[in-house]
Amino acid sequence: MDNDHIRGEEYEQTNVHNVYSKIATHFSSTRYKPWPVIDDFLRSLTTGSIGLDIGCGNGKYLAIRDDIYIVASDRHVTNLTSNEIDYFGVAKSLTRKYRSSELIEFATQHEPHSAIVADILSLPHPGAVFDFAISIAVIHHLSTRERRVDAVRAILNTLRPCGEDREGSGSAGQALFFVWALEQKNSRRGWDVDDEQDQMVPWVLKADKSGDGVGKTYHRYYHLYRRGELEEDIVAAGGEVVRSGYDRDNWWSVARRR
Amino acid sequence: MKLLTVNFLTCAVKTCKTSSESYPLHFRDAQLEQNPQTFNPLFIRNILSRLDWSALTTTANELGLTAMLPDHNPADDMMVDSEGATEEEKNRAKDNVISEEVLKKLHTFLVDTAVIEGKLVCGNCGFEYPIKEGVGNFLLPPHLV
Repeated sequence: MDNDHIRGEEYEQTNVHNVYSKIATHFSSTRYKPWPVIDDFLRSLTTGSIGLDIGCGNGKYLAIRDDIYIVASDRHVTNLTSNEIDYFGVAKSLTRKYRSSELIEFATQHEPHSAIVADILSLPHPGAVFDFAISIAVIHHLSTRERRVDAVRAILNTLRPCGEDREGSGSAGQALFFVWALEQKNSRRGWDVDDEQDQMVPWVLKADKSGDGVGKTYHRYYHLYRRGELEEDIVAAGGEVVRSGYDRDNWWSVARRR
Repeated sequence: MKLLTVNFLTCAVKTCKTSSESYPLHFRDAQLEQNPQTFNPLFIRNILSRLDWSALTTTANELGLTAMLPDHNPADDMMVDSEGATEEEKNRAKDNVISEEVLKKLHTFLVDTAVIEGKLVCGNCGFEYPIKEGVGNFLLPPHLV
């Protein structure tokens, strides 16, 4: 593993994972409404389809269908500070409340799906078997292009390739990606084409289990995608863009293996 | 962690991905729980063609649940080799449905049965992934990433 890769990982630990672990409860309370593009993508699947939700957060997309099967994963941990969590993301003090990842705890409530703790760049899934995958607002947290392309490649590799149609499953497996757009001049943040693509974005904590830290501001790292960049990353990762678009300050693409 | 999930998991270590020993992962010290879920026959029927039956059999044997699983994938009975099959054989396959009883049994094994505490172990590198309160943790220590 090269130094850039290690640095990228350490950087994201501090500027993405540790922050989510502090804002999980509040963040989750603001993330409940599925976006139409994602809703449509999931609703188009045949009963019995098997897929992945990489970076599932609180698992809000698991509630859309109960006749498909999603293995959802996220690596974000509890409201604990990082020194209370071991490298598995598991709390050292084994009180029931904190034993598993906080966002994953929300995600486990949706049947028939399953939730696990995993990292997008070390996914524990066999290749070429899944009918679909979604990764919503996740790869923009990776801090180098190489890591973002690696993540897209890792997800595409889990998909059933072309020419392996299965009963009731249509053609090749497809993945849906959503990333935050640089072009969002009408949003609250107001960024546009001339702005810096790598941003530290503040999150002001409004509610917390313990009531601690209310009003405190945390910063998360984001890479804001410019028009066409997501598609370039997909092609660089050996994929093929099926369709793509812009929705609510985000770029999205549906992709499959080439 | 539902037993169905294990059919879709392998070792997270990159160098294990190419080894046939890394799939399926093996349960150790598994504590089982039954969690009855809504039975959807079509869901189970369609999932069958996506399962690796040999891996599923390994999982069932390791947990002492061999009796819960048919010895082969019932979906295989529905497949007819279109080259070699006679009209009669094709028609029979078309009419042949997997009985609700078989599907219900599979539902109990795949969806209702879960490992609540224990470990999943890679047969190639030996790394143990902990399962706590039904959630498997696949984050790797830095030296394995």
